[in-house]
Amino acid sequence: MSQSRWFLPVVLLGGLLFGFGLAVSTMTHPEVVLAFLTGADLGLVFVMGGGSVVAGLAFWGLPRLRGSAPLTGDSYGRRLRSFDRNVLIGGSIFGVGWGLSGICPGAAYASLGIGNWPILYGIGGMVIGAYLQGWYRSLGAPAPVRTPADD
Amino acid sequence: MNGGMSMLAQMSLLEAAFPNGIAPYALGGLLIGLGVVVIYGMSGIAPGASTFLESTLSYVSSQARFQRYRSSRGWRLVFTLGIVGGAAVYALVFQEGVWVTEVQPWRLFAGGILVGIGTRVGKGCTSGHGICGIGSVSRTSIVGVVVFVAVAAVTANLVAFAGVSP
Repeated sequence: MSQSRWFLPVVLLGGLLFGFGLAVSTMTHPEVVLAFLTGADLGLVFVMGGGSVVAGLAFWGLPRLRGSAPLTGDSYGRRLRSFDRNVLIGGSIFGVGWGLSGICPGAAYASLGIGNWPILYGIGGMVIGAYLQGWYRSLGAPAPVRTPADD
Repeated sequence: MNGGMSMLAQMSLLEAAFPNGIAPYALGGLLIGLGVVVIYGMSGIAPGASTFLESTLSYVSSQARFQRYRSSRGWRLVFTLGIVGGAAVYALVFQEGVWVTEVQPWRLFAGGILVGIGTRVGKGCTSGHGICGIGSVSRTSIVGVVVFVAVAAVTANLVAFAGVSP
């Protein structure tokens, strides 16, 4: 991927908007997420709904407007993943963790930004969890194929 | 309900479902979507937040599972720093001092471990599946979101029923 010098600044700008939006939505407060999950405040529906509609308009419209993205030359595709039982298993494990703590990755990063230092317990747990599944998946896996580096 | 529900009853139902209104949620959701649009529009990338956990591990672990994210680890780090920074800007402008959760550390830590495992095994989180996947009308993502929201709702209610608070 040949990168424009504007690539990282644009990613930073997108991240800033994303994090600012998470703070506005109060998803940075685990209490608010837990209130949604226990049915006390259904506002989260509008966060996920609003975000996916805006993103969806771009996923739908941009491929019709131009062939490739200006900064990378990559073609515009939708975010698609193959379906298998991992989606159900992983989704269930994530669900138990989300329901226990009220935190998910993006909201946890943003929560750190509003000064919520105990969220570091959660982010630390996420890193450990991500490491554990990588380690577990490497057991019995074929000899590691080194991914070509292009950075 | 017989189509005869009074406007007053409808309003109190809405207030019960959305005690804090819908404005901050809808506005926040639009801004989150806008962040995705900026990155996608300029680069063609539909960003998610949980891959950062693995791509960043590639700096310190030679596991093949993490090294596969080597080529994207730089921008994912920048994206995450942006998320922290954007929330910090909000806090500096609209929030008095820092905000600190009362949810107990063990819940954050234990839940975090399961979130770390589950989002990576399940191919996405609330942003990858929830925002970008649903926005892409991906059937995999729609099933993923239904599963993790349902399981999380059951879990949160069980935890509350067991008397764990906050």
